[in-house]
Amino acid sequence: MFILIVGCGRVGSSVARAMLREGHEVSCLDEDPESHARLEVGLEKGWEDLGGQFTVGAGLETEALEAAGIQRADAFIASTDGDNTNIVISQIAQRRYNVPTVIARILDPLRAEWYEGQGLHTVCPTRVAIDMLESAVREGAPRSGSGPSAEPAETA
Amino acid sequence: MYIIVVGAGKVGWNLARELLEKGHEVTVIESDRRRYLTVEQELEHSVTYGDASELWVLERAGIQRADMVIAVTGDDEDNMLICQVAREKYQVDRIIARVNNPRNRPHFDLLGIRPSVSATDLILRLLEHEVPQYGLVHLLDLQEEQLEIIEMLLGADSGVTGRRVGDLEMPEGSLLISVLRSGKGFVPGPDTILEAGDEVLAVLDPGHEEQLKELFGPDQNGAGA
Repeated sequence: MFILIVGCGRVGSSVARAMLREGHEVSCLDEDPESHARLEVGLEKGWEDLGGQFTVGAGLETEALEAAGIQRADAFIASTDGDNTNIVISQIAQRRYNVPTVIARILDPLRAEWYEGQGLHTVCPTRVAIDMLESAVREGAPRSGSGPSAEPAETA
Repeated sequence: MYIIVVGAGKVGWNLARELLEKGHEVTVIESDRRRYLTVEQELEHSVTYGDASELWVLERAGIQRADMVIAVTGDDEDNMLICQVAREKYQVDRIIARVNNPRNRPHFDLLGIRPSVSATDLILRLLEHEVPQYGLVHLLDLQEEQLEIIEMLLGADSGVTGRRVGDLEMPEGSLLISVLRSGKGFVPGPDTILEAGDEVLAVLDPGHEEQLKELFGPDQNGAGA
C-alpha cells in the first residue's frame, strides 16, 4: 500500500514509522523541514535509506500534494496540528484525487462527529480522552496517589 | 434578513455596518478578543466573541435561523469550512466566502462554496481593465451558467480591423454582443465593419479565450506592419 501522511508531528511521524515497518510505502508531507528529524527518531538508518519519502510543503498546495505522490496514494492521513487544514485536505484527497482510504484527525469532537456522518473517516483524540477519563473515574481512581493506573482494570 | 458575518476585520466590520444601515439584522463573529472589544464599541450587541469554526459558536449566534452567512476572515480554510457547515449542516441558503489566496480558489470550487470573492482577483481585473495592453479583459464569470463575458480592445494591427463581422471566423460557442466606438455602444450586425480602437464585448463558453485572443489580436499573417 502507498500511504501519504500530511502533518509529520508526534502522531504523523509515529504512524509513518509503524507503517513503513509493516512493509508499506510511506510518503510524508510537512511544512517544517525540521520534522524530518522527528521521523528518524529511533530508526537505525535514515528515513530515505529505509525507503521512506519526505516532502516539504503545505497540504493545501496541490503541487506539494502531487510531489508527495497523492495521485497514486491508496491511503491518505491528515494529521497536521490544525483541524481546519485536516478537514479541507482530506476532502481534497477524497473528491479531487479519489484516494480510496482517507482518514482525518479532528480534535474538535462536535465537528469530528458531523464530518464522520458526512462520510469522512475521522479520528478524534479528544473524544478518546474524554471516554477514557470518564471510564477511569467510573472505575474509581485511587483517592490519593499517582492518578489513573497505566493499565485500567477491565470493566465488569 | 438575518445575516451572520464571520470575521470583524476591515471587510467584515464595514460590511456589517452597511448591512445594518440597510435594515438587516446582523451578527458578526470575531475570534480575536481585542478586535472584538474594539468593534463592539460601535456595533454593540451585533458582534459576538468566539471561533466560528466551532459549531456551538455558530449555534449560539443563531445560525439555524440565518438567511445568509458571509465568511470574510483572513483564513481561507476557516472561510471554506464555515460556509460548508452553514450550507450542509444548517441549510443556510445563501453563503458568500472570501478567498484570500487566489490559489485556493479551486478548493472553494471543489467543496461547492459559491460564490467566492477574491480581492486579489478583483484588483487584477481592474488592473487589466486599466492596462489594455493585456489585450483581453475578463469582465464576468457566470460560473453557474458556464459562461464568460470578455472585453477586447482592437489595435490598428488587429487581424479583424476593417473586416465585416459576418465574415469573422468566430469560434463555436462565442458571440460578439456589443461594440463600443467613440464612447457609444451598439450591437453589431453581420455588416458592421470593425475599426481600430473599437472595444468589443463577447460572450463565450469557458475555454475559448485563447482562440478569440488570436482572432482579435495582432495579425499573425504579417499582413500588417
